[in-house]
Amino acid sequence: MLKLLGDFIGELRAAGIPVSLSEHVDAARAVEVIDLSDRASLRAALAATLVKDGDHLGAFYAAFDVYFALRQVESVDDLLGELAGGPDARATGAPVPAGPGRGGSGGQGLSAQELADLLFRALRDGDHAALRAGAREAVSRYAGMEPGRPVGGTYYLYRTLRHLELDDLRERLAGQGVNRSALEERVAHDEVSAQIDLLKAEIEREIRERLVEDRGAAALARSVRKPLPEDLDVMHANREEMAQLERALRPLSRKLAVRLARKRRRRRRGPVDLRHTVRRSLSTGGVPLDVRFKPPRPTKPEIFVIADVSGSVASFARFTLHMVHAISSQFSKVRSFVFVDGLDEVTALFEGADDPAVAVARINAEADVVAFDGHSDYGRALTTFATLYAKDLTKRSTVLILGDARNHYHQTHAEVLSELKSRARAVYWLNPEPASYWNSGDSVMAQYAPYCTRVMECRTLRQLEVFVGELA
Amino acid sequence: MSAIDPRQELAERLGLKEVPPVRFDSPEDVSQRLRKNDYLSDDAIASVTFLADRLAKPVLVEGPAGTGKTALAKAVADATGSRLIRLQCYEGLDESKALYEWNYRKQLLRIQAGRSEESSEDWTALEEDIFAEEFLLTRPLLEAISSTEPVVLLIDEVDRVELETEALLLEILSEYQVSIPELGTVRATQIPMVFLTSNNTRELSEALKRRCLYLYVGYPTVERERDIILSRVPGVTVALANQIAQVVRSLRALDLKKSPSVSETLDWARTLVVLGREEIGDADVAATLHILLKYQTDIDRARKELLAPTKPVA
Repeated sequence: MLKLLGDFIGELRAAGIPVSLSEHVDAARAVEVIDLSDRASLRAALAATLVKDGDHLGAFYAAFDVYFALRQVESVDDLLGELAGGPDARATGAPVPAGPGRGGSGGQGLSAQELADLLFRALRDGDHAALRAGAREAVSRYAGMEPGRPVGGTYYLYRTLRHLELDDLRERLAGQGVNRSALEERVAHDEVSAQIDLLKAEIEREIRERLVEDRGAAALARSVRKPLPEDLDVMHANREEMAQLERALRPLSRKLAVRLARKRRRRRRGPVDLRHTVRRSLSTGGVPLDVRFKPPRPTKPEIFVIADVSGSVASFARFTLHMVHAISSQFSKVRSFVFVDGLDEVTALFEGADDPAVAVARINAEADVVAFDGHSDYGRALTTFATLYAKDLTKRSTVLILGDARNHYHQTHAEVLSELKSRARAVYWLNPEPASYWNSGDSVMAQYAPYCTRVMECRTLRQLEVFVGELA
Repeated sequence: MSAIDPRQELAERLGLKEVPPVRFDSPEDVSQRLRKNDYLSDDAIASVTFLADRLAKPVLVEGPAGTGKTALAKAVADATGSRLIRLQCYEGLDESKALYEWNYRKQLLRIQAGRSEESSEDWTALEEDIFAEEFLLTRPLLEAISSTEPVVLLIDEVDRVELETEALLLEILSEYQVSIPELGTVRATQIPMVFLTSNNTRELSEALKRRCLYLYVGYPTVERERDIILSRVPGVTVALANQIAQVVRSLRALDLKKSPSVSETLDWARTLVVLGREEIGDADVAATLHILLKYQTDIDRARKELLAPTKPVA
């Protein structure tokens, strides 16, 4: 067990979850006092001792399911026979002689229709054992698993689900009531979705268990490893990961705002507040034990965000705009500009909206950013900015440029940037591409870099958070 | 590996004569006894509470607001018959409010009283006298440590204190003792159960997290929420509770600023019971949505998504 635990912790660390030595010791102790046959409490015990951040639980569960995929008792085939055949099968009393093998053995008597019925009844009645048996059968029959193939299981899941015709199942589960109100309709719909998810999870578990048996836990864990939300690469996130990022963004910005507000309050104390100090000293007989200070007068920077919103980097720009505006109370003013080859100010969109996410969504629809062919042109955008808005830059303004500096071989007009820099306090450039890709192809980062206070690679939410935190 | 019982080890370190008895036999025991106190736990909550007792470690409870983090500590206190000592954290909390403070007004009085007696008192005697326990004001943390009866210590919303203040908690969390320079070290006379809650408004320090077990309390499943409603709201029918739980799940699936919490669900259930509803219609939801949702934009969105657009709002 200790060996297994050690391997498991190794996997967690590889997935990016920090596990300290004392936490390892705690986990070992916890494992000693709990009942190991109870999988749920083992999972809870390991989660409690090893994972100290709610956002990391997803990665933890993925690894746990692989490492502790205990095989269930092999009597499920009997159960399956019973459930499908009803009293007849039980009377003949011939449990299908199932070698506890893979590759489809139990319940051969079932037609595809009967299997669908079985799953339908299991879901409707919330019968977990029957659901498990049905899922096992479905995987044996449809997944077509081949031993030794180095895949993560998504492909098998997809195959199984396609054969099960979930839409039919969904309709049968939902289609019981007539003329329901909108609310009932919605609630029923969500209920069915939850049930279908249950089935999917069950099938996924089944596939995973077979894969573990085939390839071993360590190998599989490597292929199903999930990056933590804050480490996802914004530019290459798929749709599901994108949704995950969106969800992570709001709490992250809120946390950042709280932290900055605190930092600002504590950063520097103002001069001694004599009135307050004397008043406090009355309770100590006139001795000023407790010196009070005036609150400091904060100097808040002005932020000018200039974001490239052309296809390749649009999502990155959206996240950054969202985050900067979410903490806009920490700045005296935030003005946002977006461009592709034309440039447009979008500050007004943020000012009316309660929720930065809404404003960000409106940018795409309303901003007028395409002047010619819809390929980013940094030179033109910067020139437009300089002619229209450079007069507003002061020594308190910070300019933040977001983009990959892929200029489609247009003129760079780097001299404009140098003029901006001389007017503003600082010019930062955030590039969502890995630094090793810069200056390859049409990327002209090197030409702009000398005129920026700092150029930074910024690919994940974690990097973005650190940067925005420093800015304020 | 030597199987030293962590409780025994701690008891030896604290110099206790005997190891305090464990509070719970198994996670099931936790879950049953909490249920008696109207707190419905799930696997994770029961297991972690059980472990906290066995390993004598504090528990850090995180999760969205209103999912029963504080209620858990209260329920554990009730279930074990312990006294609940609560330290509400806030910004600017310092050791004089969390740990202990010298009662300097009383000390001043003592010095002045000594003067008037004319018997020129020896300074060292006086010093020893005024730094005695008599002049010590105990604050929640010290009180939890020095109490002789069993206690449950709840440190609420620990994320509200500054990073520096967090360090105050470290000694008590890992060693169950408090060092007072003038008095020496006060060690616990029993092993208190400690719960810390956090709403995750900021990252807690690694040092603090390392010393705690971590429990994430999220929104409950439909079944558990239904059971919670049934146990906490008198007069509610099973069908209604089920329906409420399902509607709330649908609401949580929407992208809202603030999802309805369990306590808001309970308020809503009570309202519906008072209104004498047996089942929920669209009009009822429209009229009472403000109990569940606290932002106008959220209410508008929920109306649009859940209720038929053509029907007028009651």
